[in-house]
Amino acid sequence: MADTSTTTAEGHEHEEDRRDFLLTSTIVVGAAGVALTAWPFIDFMNPSADVLALASLEFDISTMEPGQAITVTWRNKPIFIRRRTAAEIDEAKKVPLSDLKDPQADADRVKEGKDEWLVMIGICTHLGCIPAGQKVTDSKGEFGGWFCPCHGSHYDTSGRIRKGPAPRNLEIPPYAFTNDTTVRIG
Amino acid sequence: MSAAPEWKNPVVRWIDHRLPVFTFTHHSLIDYPTPRNLNYWWNFGSLAGVVLVILIATGLFLAMHYNPNVDYAFDSVERIMRDVNYGWLMRYMHANGASMFFLVVYIHMFRALYYGSYRAPREVLWFIGLFIFLAMMATAFVGYTLPWGQMSFWGATVITNLFSVVPFFGDAIVQWLLGGFAVDNPTLNRFFAFHFLLPFVIFGLVFLHLWALHVHKSNNPLGVDIKTDGDTIPFHPYYTAKDAFGLGVFLIFYFAFAFFAPNYLGHPDNYIPANPLVTPPEIVPEWYFLPFYAILRAVPDNFIDIWGILPILVTAKTAGVILMFASIIVLFFLPWLDRSPVRSARFRPIYKQLYWLFLADCIVLGWVGANPPEGTMLVIGRIATLYYFVHLLVFMPLLSRYEKTRPLPDSISAAVTPQGSSQSAQAQGA
Repeated sequence: MADTSTTTAEGHEHEEDRRDFLLTSTIVVGAAGVALTAWPFIDFMNPSADVLALASLEFDISTMEPGQAITVTWRNKPIFIRRRTAAEIDEAKKVPLSDLKDPQADADRVKEGKDEWLVMIGICTHLGCIPAGQKVTDSKGEFGGWFCPCHGSHYDTSGRIRKGPAPRNLEIPPYAFTNDTTVRIG
Repeated sequence: MSAAPEWKNPVVRWIDHRLPVFTFTHHSLIDYPTPRNLNYWWNFGSLAGVVLVILIATGLFLAMHYNPNVDYAFDSVERIMRDVNYGWLMRYMHANGASMFFLVVYIHMFRALYYGSYRAPREVLWFIGLFIFLAMMATAFVGYTLPWGQMSFWGATVITNLFSVVPFFGDAIVQWLLGGFAVDNPTLNRFFAFHFLLPFVIFGLVFLHLWALHVHKSNNPLGVDIKTDGDTIPFHPYYTAKDAFGLGVFLIFYFAFAFFAPNYLGHPDNYIPANPLVTPPEIVPEWYFLPFYAILRAVPDNFIDIWGILPILVTAKTAGVILMFASIIVLFFLPWLDRSPVRSARFRPIYKQLYWLFLADCIVLGWVGANPPEGTMLVIGRIATLYYFVHLLVFMPLLSRYEKTRPLPDSISAAVTPQGSSQSAQAQGA
């Protein structure tokens, strides 16, 4: 400490600048290092490769009859696949959008030319229960679609919310028809 | 040194008045008086602390994807390596981190031996350090079982069987430890539980270690006590900077292993899933246990014939186990085995040479431990084991009596600065 006091004011200033620079650059490089170190830890908790590998599912629909519904599992969630009857399709199409809580045309919920096939994530948009309506014996609610027993949400034959606390229509997962008899979900 | 700082931030001041964490931190890490002459061998304590934190962090995250069940453990580790994001990095940081922890702590311990840091008034500090070392050994052992490879399984089998030497209750104790008649799922489950718990025990012991350290402050290369303010400098920025530099060098060394030779310190047999019906041709512990392994195997089979006493209680196996535990327990007595008036080997010409012999002896023990206990190797192992105990139990007390030590400097500052001598001269009277 004693020898720094013997330097001139100008020299002293210069030394302080160098020290400040070193301190700042050390902190910046250190902070960058901490950030780079943090990333592997954060990413470690993201879905792993084997989980992501199960993220798509192919399902053969050739054996399904009109009016039949099947539940499959995709990403550990139930997927409702329903082959709708002509009456159900008509009923879904004729509902005016103004009657809907979450307005969406039936055509926007199915693939073009595949009106028969309704593919949805079978989870109530209210609090995550699984609505009834897949089995023949299930209550299908007041609109002939699905009925959530938890808090009484009614869904129509297009899976749209019609009555009850749920805010949104049943969600449509990303899917495509790879051919006439196979649907690929995810 | 300086008094407690006036906290300008009102929130800090409010909290500090009620719980003086800021003042405590300031005293312990900022203006903590530290001998001005510490060399780089004093970096290894803080390095050990950093490695412990890295091990706890990586271990916590590994536990999120690890599955402690005999049917899934091996596969879950492989899944971490292949499928989990950065799983390879997390596991290699953890496995090599364990090696680095032992390396750093061994250097830390040998530094204490060289400079007499275990001597009064730091005996309790030394004890807590030895307890940390014992807890580390237990943690490393149960942790090595978790990947459920061949070495995991047979290492666990061999080490738990050490307890079968306990008279009368041996087999019952082994069954109790294993939770069965052999190493199996109950063993793996409890080892996982202990492997999770023990690092936090170590963390707690580290705080006791630091508490004890801060009572009488650090020893130093001269081994003389701090006498005046002139003998010390504040911990920050002097030793924070020095520790940070050392940490940078150390991390390069550590990650050279983690990135470029991650399995160099491991054993390939542990990539074979555990098979309770086949023992690998050669069971070798991790490198940090090798010296103790050599001591374990050093006792001759005809030990009983030579001694002819208590053949039930002391078989060759029993004696080997006793010697192995004794090799650590004897370290607890070191502060009283060494009664030399001088701490530091710098002023102890004979101890200095015996110290390096002792270090070489420990390395020889490690080398012997890595090889099959046959022929020459067994003889070397026995001599090295004998020397280990002779050094500690015979040479240390004898040296304290007969060694002619070199004159000590008046004080730390007197030894390192010309003007320091006048300061310490005032302190001589006190």
